Amino acid sequence: MSEPFDPARWRPASFLPDKDARDPALLFVVAVLCFLACLTALAAIAGARAADGWASEISGEATVIVRARGGETPDAAAARAAEVLAGVPGVAEARALEKEEAYALIRPWLGDVTADLDDLPVPRLVAVSLDRATPATGEALDAALKAQDLDAAVDDHSVWLEDIKSAAGVVRWTATVVFLLIAGAAAAVIAFATRAGLAARRDVVEVLHLTGAEDSQIAGLFEIRFAKIAAVAGAVGALGAAVAGALLRVAGGGQGLTPALPIAWTDLLSVLPCPLLAALVAALAARITARRLIHRL
Amino acid sequence: MSRNAHTAAVEPPADEILRFSGVSMRYGRGPEVLSDVSLSLPRGSFHFVTGPSGAGKSSLLKLIYLAARPSSGSIRLFGEGVGILPGRDLPRLRRRIGVVFQDLLLLDHLSAFDNTALPLRIAGHKPAEYRNDVAELLAWVGLKARMHALPPTLAGGEKQRLAIARAVVGRPEILLADEPTGNVDHEMALRIYRLFVELNRLGTTVIIATHDQDLVARSARPVLHLDKGRLRPLPPQGPVEQAPVE
Repeated sequence: MSEPFDPARWRPASFLPDKDARDPALLFVVAVLCFLACLTALAAIAGARAADGWASEISGEATVIVRARGGETPDAAAARAAEVLAGVPGVAEARALEKEEAYALIRPWLGDVTADLDDLPVPRLVAVSLDRATPATGEALDAALKAQDLDAAVDDHSVWLEDIKSAAGVVRWTATVVFLLIAGAAAAVIAFATRAGLAARRDVVEVLHLTGAEDSQIAGLFEIRFAKIAAVAGAVGALGAAVAGALLRVAGGGQGLTPALPIAWTDLLSVLPCPLLAALVAALAARITARRLIHRL
Repeated sequence: MSRNAHTAAVEPPADEILRFSGVSMRYGRGPEVLSDVSLSLPRGSFHFVTGPSGAGKSSLLKLIYLAARPSSGSIRLFGEGVGILPGRDLPRLRRRIGVVFQDLLLLDHLSAFDNTALPLRIAGHKPAEYRNDVAELLAWVGLKARMHALPPTLAGGEKQRLAIARAVVGRPEILLADEPTGNVDHEMALRIYRLFVELNRLGTTVIIATHDQDLVARSARPVLHLDKGRLRPLPPQGPVEQAPVE
């Protein structure tokens, strides 16, 4: 026989039924969306780090091509250019590449014809390391060389730098758009579930409505319900993405999946806001949908 | 003296709680279910609404508990014109009305206790303020042993009493009941009627739609008689041979 009812121990039950047969499917869909959103965030962070690494590597260097002029030998012209460049403010080091190093650079195109290269006017290269804090500009290097009557062309890698920056921008914007699309899809799923929930619980909504509940009170029930489901789904999705990220980190030998997409352990923390964000998106979608539908009652 | 409560005063009396002025109502594009109904009920009155099936009794109650709007005419409730009130003000008025719905509208996933406490929770009261009152009320309507039971496990009469408990728990200013004694035996019907009388003595305005002519005749209360959507003079009453129920 069941225990007699004790009003003193009574706790108000939820106006909406605790369990709904649709909840597991909804939780699964939102968890998958959260997983994809977190993976996108991880990829964006790793992509941004890779772009920063490449940019900082090439922005600290410049290459100067020196051609001999008049009776000056190429080696002498290169040595003079290196000396001039070393004196330019913002240059940490300038080093003329040896003849063999210059030949090695063009050998892939001409084959093993070193013996004949002496007859060709092969330009010499000067590798310039720039001061990281106050790097010299390409224009400053060019002006210094021209002032010493050197026939030289300065490549400060700005073209490559722009390409890397624009590629990083594309990655960032793509990730943002994908992230927003996923958030939108999650919101649409929650809105659909709210609509279905309201239809399935029309009896509850009607009784609450006729008993004097405000629209916001009724919408709040659905808001809290779907926010809770989304928070759990967000936690599951975030955990899945963190595990996937950790596996990629381990599989990549300390650099992530590839050196081009380096994942750091701290990147995995970026999934932490996912449950909260999922709950907020769900609450907002449920609130808007529920209030609109209740208003039509 | 006629017991018909159909009145059409021009100036609302100070103690008027409800006034219909030329109210008609139809569902969608269907025929009128209420036609040109005018009435004025004083605060603290007790009325029956009678009439054959389809006469418009439930529609009249729906208009009063603000579940429907008239297609023409105006309604004043608690001194406020409900037609011009914004939607956000309606919950405030609904909380002052207790309703026993014809189809009861109990929530099947909530216990009898939770169902009864629902209006008080919606009104924002704390459980400590009302849990004893709810328990006492449920005991009074004969559901002391069924407080934890879910509605689907209750018998028809128990469900009806539960719906009545929910309607009166908040001590509403107006109590509307649509066939409240339809599924209960004669003794319980009298008991429920006496509960309504008691609430009425405490100041609640009571309006009961019923087919129970015996109860109407024995109660000697004023009657709003509807026929084909119109308020009509009462049909001739037979002699009241039984003792008054009060």
